[in-house]
Amino acid sequence: MSARSVSAETAAPLLSVEKLSVYYDQFRATHDIDLCVSAGEIVSIIGANGAGKSSFLKALVRQVDRSSGVLRFAGMDLAAMSTPQIVAAGVALVPEGRRLFPSLTVFENLRIGWELGRRGPIDYKKVYEWFPVLSERADQPARVLSGGQQQMVALGRALLTNPRLLLCDEISLGLAPVVIGQLYEIIPKIRDSGIGIVVVEQDIGRSLAVADRFYCFLEGRVSLSGRPGDVDRDVIMQHYFGL
Amino acid sequence: MLVTILNLVVQGVLTGGLYALFAIGLSISFGVMRFINIAHGDLIVLASFLLMTFANAFGLNPFVAAVMMLPAAFIFGYGLQRVLLQRIVGKNVLPVILVTFGLAIIIQNGLLEIYGPDTRKLSGGAIEVASINLGGLIDIGVYPLAIFLTAVATLAFLDFFFHRSAIGARIRAVTDDPQAAALIGLSPARIYSFAMGIVMVTIVIAACCMSVWSNFDPAIGPSRLLTAFEAVAMGGLGSLWGTLAGGIMLGVAQNFGAQFDAAWQTLAQHLLFLVVLALRPQGLFSKG
Repeated sequence: MSARSVSAETAAPLLSVEKLSVYYDQFRATHDIDLCVSAGEIVSIIGANGAGKSSFLKALVRQVDRSSGVLRFAGMDLAAMSTPQIVAAGVALVPEGRRLFPSLTVFENLRIGWELGRRGPIDYKKVYEWFPVLSERADQPARVLSGGQQQMVALGRALLTNPRLLLCDEISLGLAPVVIGQLYEIIPKIRDSGIGIVVVEQDIGRSLAVADRFYCFLEGRVSLSGRPGDVDRDVIMQHYFGL
Repeated sequence: MLVTILNLVVQGVLTGGLYALFAIGLSISFGVMRFINIAHGDLIVLASFLLMTFANAFGLNPFVAAVMMLPAAFIFGYGLQRVLLQRIVGKNVLPVILVTFGLAIIIQNGLLEIYGPDTRKLSGGAIEVASINLGGLIDIGVYPLAIFLTAVATLAFLDFFFHRSAIGARIRAVTDDPQAAALIGLSPARIYSFAMGIVMVTIVIAACCMSVWSNFDPAIGPSRLLTAFEAVAMGGLGSLWGTLAGGIMLGVAQNFGAQFDAAWQTLAQHLLFLVVLALRPQGLFSKG
């Protein structure tokens, strides 16, 4: 744990965000967010509903109306790129609510990720190794899968782009605890292959358990950040709810 | 009596092939891009005139000329979506109507200006008058049969393309959820342009079949749109094979109507459409 974290800190961050603000018309969803993620690091973003977590992730892949601030990823300026370019450069989003294509088969859903991304170590075989059930159901339409299996397809679709940075938006939403447990067993394995991961969750316990560092969002601002082990749970709760 | 009825049905089915060809492109633009292109019929007429000019200029058989036009049709459709129609995708219904209605008016009047109001027809040669006798009972025209088979082949190819090719899967993905597609880096604008390219290819196929089968002039676009729209709506919005079923029903209804009175031909078509709409508003083969 410590050896990896130290190396993560010494290298230049994979993603560095400075003063990111996201706007929807007059509404400002985030205020001057500063955040960084290194390769091989799991960064957890926690916060209540409406804290700006999803807006933050969408801003990274340029799917918000308007934003300001600096977004540097592996020496590139994400703000000047289109979503397809960003995905091809190695940033993949697992959207909130899974957002699979229901009439496509499991394999077709995965193939779209494969086609849009980069070539790299992750192939279909690797994804089927992480999620064996997907190889059994490859030819079935995604809509007939259970919620947990659909989430695995959504993760697999993002992983097949061979991302250097994986953005997971509320992957536990609406799933049974045992299924969430299975998904969260995979996250560290993905990290250990050198991918930087951002995990956005409302569920504090689950995401802090897996995170190397965390940021707590409150009303569009970073209210607290640090290492899960270094900060007292009550302090986190205060900054989560703004008490 | 039985032979007469059989004859009416068979001829109606064959006519339905042409109507299905009118409808396929409209079905794709509704199913994928979710807009009704009011200029669809006028685009068919535009393609007919361009085909006529192209075939005459090089002394080509219209069928050969049409095949040669297909790549250009794809590029034209791609550009039309990219430059014009993409601006109205996802907007409410009013901009869609205004833009495509405006396009229809521009095409109609442009054709009138360039070609004049005269009716035209292309010559397909001997195939137009050839016929096959079925069991000594009824004669069917080789050309209507060829059109019907063209419609079936076009639908079969598109079905295969949408469900077996990688780009077909991308088109279905964007159809399922354009926002999700955008989030994961699949550009709906590019996919829509590709789909409109396919639509224009079907329009040229329809235009070729129509312009050899019957007379056309710059003003007939809207009635082709109406037929296409009825076939699409009866078959089920967005259902590809439904367009063939819808087209066949319209063709058969027309033939039975014409049996009573020439004026009943069109009336029977529209009455059948209204009846189906009343009984099954989602269409016969709707997935929804």
